[in-house]
Amino acid sequence: MIHIEQLHKKFGKNKVLKGVDLDINSKGIIAILGPNGSGKTTLIKSILGMVIPDSGVLSVNGTSIKKNSQYRDQIDYLPQIANFPANLKVKELIAMIKDLRNRPGEDHRLIQLFKLEPFLSKKLGNLSGGTKQKVNLVLALMFDSPIIILDEPTTGLDPIALIHLKELISEEKVKGKTILITSHIMSFVEEMADEIVFLLEGKVYFKGNIGALKSQTETTNFEQAIANLLTQENA
Amino acid sequence: MNYRNLHIIFLLITLLVNAFAKAETITVCASCQHTSLSNAITAAQAGDTILVKKGTYKEYNIVVDKPLTIKGENFPIIDGEDKGEIIRIVSDNVTIDGLFIINVGTSYTSDHAAIRVVRSEHFLIQNVVLEKLFFGIYIEKSNNGKVYHNKVIGDAQDEYNSGNGIQLWYSKNVEVSNNIVQKVRDGIYLEFSDDILIKDNVSTNNLRYGLHFMFSNDDVYTNNTFENNGAGVAVMFSKRIKMFNNTFKKNWGTAAFGILLKEINDAEIKDNLFEENTVAINIEGSNRIVYSGNDFIRNGYAIKVLGACYNNTIEKNNFLYNSFDLSYNSKLNDNVFRDNYWSNYTGYDLDKDGVGDVPFRPVKLFSYVVNKTPETIILMRSLFIDIIDFSEKVSPVFTPDNLQDLTPKMTRY
Amino acid sequence: MLKILKYSFFDLIRSRWSYVYLLFYLGLGSVLLFLNNDLSKAVITLMNVITILVPLIGTIFGVMYYYNSKEFTELLLAQPIKRSSIFIGQYLGVALSLSMSLIIGLGIPFALYGLFQSDEIWDFGLLLVTGTFLTLIFTALAFNIALYNENKIKGFSYAILLWLFMAVIYDGLFLMSLVAFQSYPLDSFSIGATMFNPIDLSRILILLKLDISALLGYTGAVFQKFFGTGFGLLISIVALSLWVVLPVLNIYRKSRKKDF
Repeated sequence: MIHIEQLHKKFGKNKVLKGVDLDINSKGIIAILGPNGSGKTTLIKSILGMVIPDSGVLSVNGTSIKKNSQYRDQIDYLPQIANFPANLKVKELIAMIKDLRNRPGEDHRLIQLFKLEPFLSKKLGNLSGGTKQKVNLVLALMFDSPIIILDEPTTGLDPIALIHLKELISEEKVKGKTILITSHIMSFVEEMADEIVFLLEGKVYFKGNIGALKSQTETTNFEQAIANLLTQENA
Repeated sequence: MNYRNLHIIFLLITLLVNAFAKAETITVCASCQHTSLSNAITAAQAGDTILVKKGTYKEYNIVVDKPLTIKGENFPIIDGEDKGEIIRIVSDNVTIDGLFIINVGTSYTSDHAAIRVVRSEHFLIQNVVLEKLFFGIYIEKSNNGKVYHNKVIGDAQDEYNSGNGIQLWYSKNVEVSNNIVQKVRDGIYLEFSDDILIKDNVSTNNLRYGLHFMFSNDDVYTNNTFENNGAGVAVMFSKRIKMFNNTFKKNWGTAAFGILLKEINDAEIKDNLFEENTVAINIEGSNRIVYSGNDFIRNGYAIKVLGACYNNTIEKNNFLYNSFDLSYNSKLNDNVFRDNYWSNYTGYDLDKDGVGDVPFRPVKLFSYVVNKTPETIILMRSLFIDIIDFSEKVSPVFTPDNLQDLTPKMTRY
Repeated sequence: MLKILKYSFFDLIRSRWSYVYLLFYLGLGSVLLFLNNDLSKAVITLMNVITILVPLIGTIFGVMYYYNSKEFTELLLAQPIKRSSIFIGQYLGVALSLSMSLIIGLGIPFALYGLFQSDEIWDFGLLLVTGTFLTLIFTALAFNIALYNENKIKGFSYAILLWLFMAVIYDGLFLMSLVAFQSYPLDSFSIGATMFNPIDLSRILILLKLDISALLGYTGAVFQKFFGTGFGLLISIVALSLWVVLPVLNIYRKSRKKDF
């Protein structure tokens, strides 16, 4: 599905990715973890074509993403910060994204799920952060794409919405999709993730499932395991 | 008995003879007894009328030496075939009316004219059409005549081998009116000619000046139109000229102006319209001139003052949308500006008396800069220029600080 | 690209600032015409306003829009749309909505005043053409500045500096160099120098209309050819078009290489 080989990227003098090799072929939920500045967002943005790598190979579904924009039709993306044009109404934004993608979406179901009906005619500038995040989720999940990338999806959500989100993600997983998630909420990751990709200093430091991680770090607690990964590195 | 009295007696006698003798009409045409104008003149008696029928007459050096009326019917063509002068009038009381004269010979040694009047009085030249000419109508040392309703259409290309449309030289008390003069060197040229009235003429597209005065005093020109001439109208070395109600338009070029005044004293320039000239009035060494009631519209410069000009009064004019209202090349000012309307005025009138409460300074610093470095004109209307103009307005350094209109009008006349 | 253009355009024409801008021109046009009752004077004043204000609004609006829609842009970047389409589309959305405000804002009072029966219609048309060119150019320059500067404050400062430089400083330097080298033939230089500043170019277009009488008083052969024939108009229009095309091409180029 996604094939990454020796991916390098630096911003100015700051080398963020120093030769990432990653193959994601499995269906299911893959959590991309790592300390701040480890290159998570840069990696995701490289996959999305928002960051142009300095060198390396990056292909999605077998085609290189260089000078290509159509492959993004295969990807749904939830950006970290939900900020939309303030003058647009919610329903206009949804209609617009559908128009831009030229695809029908299952927005009605998601709107019902997140109880967004009362806000449809409101301007996006007047919404609260949580509501915006819900709109963000609707936009990201309404298309039935084989790859889904969620960057900090839990930000600002109330507990009920969080439950809905988890259900949604599980549903998508059942449909046999590849779902990439970054999150700081370890419990969320532990609950959802089938596989962990741990980035450190611009490289893939660990790739495997939670069990493998726990056994490698000789801990039973997931959060502890992550912490151990870091201290091992430091030691 | 002196010469002058003799002259008058002779004149009276001629008039009497004319009154008593029955004046005859002699007809000229291809099949008439007289087939040429010269022929007819030789045969005619003083006071006769020669009627020239329609046709083409190839003649030149026709001398009119007795008082005659020469009248064309349906504009007969007198074709000089470029051989020289065509009609020369050397007698008083000659009338030329309704001829179409073409092909005057060009010469570098003598000023051949279509019609030349020499030392004669009471001449009348009217309804004559001149084409392909060198000089048109040349009045030489002749007084008390009239040049009325003629059309002079030249095809001048270069100044050195072209002549003037209507020229007056050492002539007094002549009226030049309702003529149309185009494409010659100077449309109307006056030299040493006093008490001349020039009115209702249209002088356009001439190579040099539409009207040109040299050493001529007490002349009046009114209601004329001067448009698109090489350099406009030049009035030089003359006194007491009155210029009223004329229109000066589109005189464009590097040395072009509506009027050029050079060494002119005691003139009056009133109620004229100056529109879209590079310089509407260019003044050099001219004193005691009154400019009033004129409209200066969209000229490059409305008034450009070079050299010493004293005691001039500029009042009650409209200055509308000129690139520069006034340009001075010195820091001194001895001229009075009052009661004008300036479209560039940005002051206010709090007491509502129709007069602006702050004085207007018509000379901008930028006009001074352009005088020094002409290429800077390309920066006109730049914000930077507006800023330096404003600072100069607040505290004049380069421009005369007493040059201001203390009573600028708020509305145009 | 057309879709992006459409959405940016509608987003902008519904924003408060577009209305303020539109109302400003409506007010300015009406005041100049109906209080002064002098069409020629109104056109001259507007020309002075347009060469200064339109670039300022264009740069500020361009930079502001870019930074304000950054997140929205990122949302778009994740869609299957070409990058250049996103940025050129947004650029055109801003530039066209600003141009619309200008044209409608000035057009209404002038039409009400009875412009169409007047000789000034060409001057007025030129005014709108110049204003539109300046909007296109300075919005494009603003997008360039914003693309090169992630830092909002820096971007805004550069935008203001750019405007200040083009509107005032450039002409100051220009004037000083003309005065300093006045003993040399300068007409080619001075025409050349105007080509490098779109505000000067639009000024030239306006001068050709308003001050042709004064311009023809200058003796240089190059000036004579430039101002005395259609040549000056042609060159200015071509140069202005280049000023639109080159920054837009650079938006295209830069947007393909930039990281978000």
